[in-house]
Amino acid sequence: MNLESLYREEWRRVLATTLRLTGDFDLSEEAVQDAFVAALEQWPRDGTPGNPYAWLVSTARNRVVDQLRRRARFIENQPEIERLAVLEESEIILSEAAMVDDQLRLIFTCCHPALAVEAQVALTLRTVCGLTTEEIARGFLVPVATMAQRLVRVKRKIRDARLPFAMPPKDRLAERLDGVMLVVYLVFTEGYAATSGKVWIRRQLCEEAIRLGRLLCELIPRNPDLRALLALMLLHDSRRMARSGPDEEIITLEEQNRDLWDRREITEAIPMLESALRDGAAGEYALQAAIAALHARAQRAEDTDWAQIARLYHVLFQRQPSPVVELNRAAAVAMAEGPSIGLALIDALEAKGELDGYHLLPAARADLLRREGRWSEAAEAYRQALALVANDPERRYLLRRLAEVQSQIIEQSDD
Amino acid sequence: MEYLLLIYGNEADINNLTEAEQGAIYQEYMGFTEGIRKSGNHRAGHELEDVATATTVRVRDGKRLVTDGPFAETREQLGGFYLIDAKDLDEALAIAERIPSARWGSIEVRPLVKR
Repeated sequence: MNLESLYREEWRRVLATTLRLTGDFDLSEEAVQDAFVAALEQWPRDGTPGNPYAWLVSTARNRVVDQLRRRARFIENQPEIERLAVLEESEIILSEAAMVDDQLRLIFTCCHPALAVEAQVALTLRTVCGLTTEEIARGFLVPVATMAQRLVRVKRKIRDARLPFAMPPKDRLAERLDGVMLVVYLVFTEGYAATSGKVWIRRQLCEEAIRLGRLLCELIPRNPDLRALLALMLLHDSRRMARSGPDEEIITLEEQNRDLWDRREITEAIPMLESALRDGAAGEYALQAAIAALHARAQRAEDTDWAQIARLYHVLFQRQPSPVVELNRAAAVAMAEGPSIGLALIDALEAKGELDGYHLLPAARADLLRREGRWSEAAEAYRQALALVANDPERRYLLRRLAEVQSQIIEQSDD
Repeated sequence: MEYLLLIYGNEADINNLTEAEQGAIYQEYMGFTEGIRKSGNHRAGHELEDVATATTVRVRDGKRLVTDGPFAETREQLGGFYLIDAKDLDEALAIAERIPSARWGSIEVRPLVKR
């Protein structure tokens, strides 16, 4: 019996049920940790219990009850002492459905809108995924003490403001599920935006996000938007080996070696997305996934259906009117209809001023000018982008492009 | 579990309303208060006089300092409160969202410390 894989598989379920039984976030988490330690000591000696899950839950529950009883005795709270006695004697036999409910309650509590989004993300990784505070801190590039503090604060709020460990009421379910999906997506994008040197740590966030996506699809099988979100993450993840070079330099979609794309993930994601769209998924994740799927389907970069991608960005912009989506649409239109049309769209976007200071605007313009062979204008735009860019891999990419257009300028002047 | 619901809004906006409009809001507040009395959630609650009537007191080094107005100028002012009993934060939030001012101002939901 491998305790580490048991921990990975059972942590969430054991914690979810212990939490429902005891209602105490802090104590439950500690107690579940202790229960796994106890299992590590006892099982090799005494043999693995018939139902490891029930053993872990009852061990954790009893530890929580001990703690609570000590507290109740101290303040002579008789009703609480009696409640604890009943709780301790209650049998732990759980149907599959009850376990599903416990896990959903856990997820919805971690992603409660009364908690700050960054706290929701941290708490979900700690409680639902079972990551250590150190792992989460490394994933988000913050000091361990900062992350520990964030987790302490959020658990304190759950306790003191009495956040219910409960499913949201039916009329709030859709809205609350949006919050859960956002947390999952934020975990993924944090891992995917490889802005740091330590790629393998960030990779873990992507894996956890995909695991969470799978879990949610299992727990709420009829929701097409969840399936669309999972498909989106798989499609992005499928490019992980191709999207950066050995020194972590950025390799654009156009230049990626498509043989490095993870076919297994693409083959899983495309029918998943199709079924989600058939069942009515039409949100932002579905649209982004549809765009990613069009890229995944293209054998070569030049086979990409840019006209369709531009249309999808247009629909996405109507749902989510952000200048960044508009910029992406401009780039897609440029690929479909020619750089000059794209440049006009980018100029219009720049005139609005919403993207002032955003390096990808001059970078996109530079890219189109380069395609048009307007070398010195392209060089100027790359320089503007370089003045604004904050992370290293992107800076190196822009420098490479700048060097390319500069050598074109020199060639021209040699002619 | 007890929660204090602090009602913030822009006084000028309310004062600029016609008398009929103010009356309608007042009626709505009466209805809301009656509702949470009936449901057993109501503990206390009151509207406050305008912030222009507020006075702030501080004691520093044993000396009393009295000043006009609230501590800081903000766009929204505290205009009233309810003290409610709710089983958890979700119930408290569901009550808070029904307060008329939630539609133009904001409601801060604060649990009371249990001792």
